[in-house]
This record gives sequence, structure tokens and C-alpha cells, in this order.
Amino acid sequence: MGQVISFWLFAVIVIGAALGVVLLRNVFRAAMLLILGFLAVAGIFVLLQADFLAAIQVLIYIGAIGILIVLAIMLTREITMGSPSNKFRIPALIIAALFAGGVIYAVFNTPWQISNSPPLETTTSSLAVKFFGENGFILPLEIVPIVLLTTILGAIVLIKDKK
Amino acid sequence: MTIGLEHYLVLSAILFSIGLYGALAKHNAIVILMCIEIMLSAVNIALVAFSRYIVPLQLTGQIFAIFAIAIAAAETAVGLAIIISIYRSRETIDAGKIDLMKW
Repeated sequence: MGQVISFWLFAVIVIGAALGVVLLRNVFRAAMLLILGFLAVAGIFVLLQADFLAAIQVLIYIGAIGILIVLAIMLTREITMGSPSNKFRIPALIIAALFAGGVIYAVFNTPWQISNSPPLETTTSSLAVKFFGENGFILPLEIVPIVLLTTILGAIVLIKDKK
Repeated sequence: MTIGLEHYLVLSAILFSIGLYGALAKHNAIVILMCIEIMLSAVNIALVAFSRYIVPLQLTGQIFAIFAIAIAAAETAVGLAIIISIYRSRETIDAGKIDLMKW
């Protein structure tokens, strides 16, 4: 019962925050609502028994991406301009509605093979085994740091003052 | 009534559609980037829900979600760097006015 209430609570917060990001004209408030939405997504991860992922969500999305976006908003001083919609508002609405309808139709018409085994109590050690163990995901895990290093270098080069 | 896989997938679909609408219909480049983050979060919810309900002992979906989060962080950093760089040279982040490569 508690799980049902929490799910609907988090779902309403996530959808409301996302709608606020899209509809509010004030960019800074939109960013605050985006961070609230990330927090609710972390709650949904907890409901899905993904404890490690929930912690990662809070650390990276709220701690890093949220602050980065707020900083970028303050550096570009576009708050006074607001975030108006462009002339593609109606076509974009139609495309988004069609996409949602198609995906929801597919979800309800696919015979999902739900597993009956209970989920793992704690996922962190199992994730570590999956990453570093035999036949694990060690190669993608090695590639991610290279991507991050490239990102750091790219961001520094892009943001540097041109002489 | 219990919460099943379909609930999470429908939530993910609605969230992705909201992000898609925002990414298509907004002027401000930072808001477009925020909407892309919403779309990535929706995908993460779907991945973790599949992992929880279809293969609860293998955790493959959670591993994909971790990679998706890492790439999303990298994408945000580079995207915001590009936006600030454009703002410095053109004094605007209106996606409609950034038309340097428009033919």
C-alpha cells in the first residue's frame, strides 16, 4: 500500500516538475523545478529497488548537472528574456502526443514476461561483480573515463578566452 | 491494486513526451538542454523498470542506466560550454537566432 502511494506521489511530482520546466517562462524557476524532478526520479529508483542508482542520481544529476545548469543560466543572463515557445508549438505538441500515444499503445499490447523472483536486497556489490567480474562490462567501463577526459578537455577548450 | 511494469513504462513515456515537446518548441538553448535531460531521465526510469521486473537478478538495465547517466553528465558539460561560447560571441542563446550553419 505504501508503495502504491509513494509511486503516485513521485509520479505526480515528476510529471508536474517536467510540465513546469516546459511551461514556465522564468528560466531560473524552470531549473529549480528540474532539480525537484530529478529528486523525485531518485525516489522512483528507490521504489524500483535500485539503491545505488538512486544515490548516483542524487550525486550526479542534482549535485553536478543541476548546479551546472544554474551556473549557465546565471552566466548568460537570459532570465529576463524568459523562455517563450517558437512557431513550432502546435506541430511539436502533435508529435509529442503521437509519440506518447504510440508508446503507451505498445506498452499495453506487448506480453511482457514478468519474472517472479524477488529483487536483490542491495544492488551495489552485485553491480560491482557485473562490472568487474568475469564476462563483465569492463571494456565499456574503461571507455567511459576516456569519454569524460575528452569532455573535460573539450569544455576547457570551448570555454577558453580566444586571444 | 499493485504497481507493475506498465505503470513505470507509461510514466516514462509521458515524461519523454513532455521533454520532446520542450526540446522541439523552445527558443532558449539552456531550456532545450534541460528538456533533453528530462528525456534521458525518462529513459533511465524505463531501463531500471525493465531491470526490476523482467530480469531482477541480472541488473543489466541498471548498468545501462549508469552508463546513460555518465554520458548525460558529459553531454551537459559540453553542451553548456558550447552555449556559453556562443553567448560570448553572439550575445544570444536563442536557438532561432543561432543560424551560422543554416543553408
